[in-house]
Amino acid sequence: MKKIALNGAGLLVALFAAFPVYWMISTSLKPSNEIFSATPQPVPTHPTLAHYREILIGNLIPGVSFLDFFLNSALVAVSTVVLSGLVALLAATAVARFRFKLRTSFLIMLLVVQMIPLEALVIPLFLMIQRLGLYNTLPSLILTYLGFSLPFAVWMLRGFVAAVPKELEEAAAIDGASRAQIFRRVLFPLVAPGLVATSIFSFITAWNELIFALTFINDQGSYTLPVAMTFFFGRDDTNWGPVMAASTLFTLPVIIFFLLVQRRMVSGLVAGAVKG
Amino acid sequence: MSSQTKSPETAAARETPARRRRRVDRLPYLLLLPALLIIGVLLLWPLGQVVVMSFYRLNSVRQLRGDRDWPWVGFGNYVDILSDPFFLTVLRNTVLFAAANVLLTMVLGTLVGLLLNRLGRKMATFVASCVMLAWATPALTGTIVWKWIFDDTSGLVTWLFNALPDGLSNGLFGRSDWTGYGWFNSPLLFFSILTLVVVWHSFPFIAVSVLAGLKSVPSELHEAARVDGASPWRVFWKITFPLLRPVFGILIVLSTIWDFKVFTQQFVLAGGTQDRPTFMLAIYSYAEAFSPPPKYGLGAAIAVILTLILLAVTGFYVRMVLRQEDES
Repeated sequence: MKKIALNGAGLLVALFAAFPVYWMISTSLKPSNEIFSATPQPVPTHPTLAHYREILIGNLIPGVSFLDFFLNSALVAVSTVVLSGLVALLAATAVARFRFKLRTSFLIMLLVVQMIPLEALVIPLFLMIQRLGLYNTLPSLILTYLGFSLPFAVWMLRGFVAAVPKELEEAAAIDGASRAQIFRRVLFPLVAPGLVATSIFSFITAWNELIFALTFINDQGSYTLPVAMTFFFGRDDTNWGPVMAASTLFTLPVIIFFLLVQRRMVSGLVAGAVKG
Repeated sequence: MSSQTKSPETAAARETPARRRRRVDRLPYLLLLPALLIIGVLLLWPLGQVVVMSFYRLNSVRQLRGDRDWPWVGFGNYVDILSDPFFLTVLRNTVLFAAANVLLTMVLGTLVGLLLNRLGRKMATFVASCVMLAWATPALTGTIVWKWIFDDTSGLVTWLFNALPDGLSNGLFGRSDWTGYGWFNSPLLFFSILTLVVVWHSFPFIAVSVLAGLKSVPSELHEAARVDGASPWRVFWKITFPLLRPVFGILIVLSTIWDFKVFTQQFVLAGGTQDRPTFMLAIYSYAEAFSPPPKYGLGAAIAVILTLILLAVTGFYVRMVLRQEDES
């Protein structure tokens, strides 16, 4: 009896959490007459890819298609990930492997900096982007997202670097490996899963961001996907089929990456290396 | 890396003590340099700059580019904001919204965390996967879907209310035809839907964190209490809550910070920055600064006020984290 109640509550929670995602995908696959019918259909009775075809083939504005916005977003996100991963790995190594005077201060600063309300920085960063002549360019966003994702990336990678047993590096040093070799051959492969996980968080930060992209980009051809979606799909007479198709294409990479991180977290790579 | 600092019998032992100290001292700073530069230029400098800007009258982009003068107005922007009765509305919206959302997110998240801990393995995995979906969904698209669910002609909620028996619907709400009903028109309804969207997005994080905390508590404690006949309510408040108090503390502070600066969900739900009665601090600052005519100085002053409020909350947070690092 009690078990039934618990399982029932579990199903309710699952329904509440997953329903909007289901409804988004389901709507994107329905023909328009089913979407706008008086009685909503729980599942698409005549599934169609027409809405996907519409947004992928047609142009949202003359000469610019959904795919172009997708590529803008991908370019910004991937650049952010590469830069922030590289810089974060160096800083994380410093913090996890060395004891130096400003170490604690740096860690506290990392914590504090993550609490800065980024929404409050739109105006001064807009000023900086104007002064640097980067207004209306994608690098303005790469730079901004690099700053936003870095503190968390360092904080997270610090744990992964610290988890690599020092004995491995010491053994390599005894075998005559140089510092650069130790870094490349021993530390890097062992930290790689952590780097992947960290990168995914940076990717999601950059991919999802709306306010700064809204402010720094004026030229419609350079819009990132979130901005394009608010501009082209935010109207009152919304045609929900294509909107849900676009939303699905925007959301799926994030969900897939997110689930990947969950699995990567429990990687037994390090334990195996020491035992072997 | 560490070989040089920790084990003198390795390569470093061949160097003179003086050389070793010099190398060891400099390398960590070199490794930190790029990160420090980026954080300094892209986070700390703008944080200072927003304060500076709040003391000037900045009403055109050409001033920002440096083509025109910046007239100093001292605390003028702050006086303008604080003497405007509209600011009180905005502040009230922000505080009430944050309080309601933190409370609801914490209660729902904790309940789901406790539930996941009690469910069988298969069921727990299934529910946790669904909860992850809500967490993983970007704020933007999550909000767009909720907007579709509340669409005034074909939305699911409109259909649901239309499906109510006319008598009941009339008796409760004074109308039976909900087609065309503006779900977002009254501020109270707008905030209710915004709360639904934000809680939906943020309860998974609380649930998963609480679950992780529960897993670290030895289950014998709970079993012993239950064998002694304690009710679930008592078990929670007498055993679970005291043990997880630090976790709850941090979760509450983090939620408070996040809910104070909600922007994307509100921007998308309201369709821009026109709906002034539902303004909260983050969107108020943005709208003042960037909606024509631009008032960057005024917007900066509002951003400073928001930052000061969050700074107080952050102070709490950092103290809590540091205390935990000491304990562990």
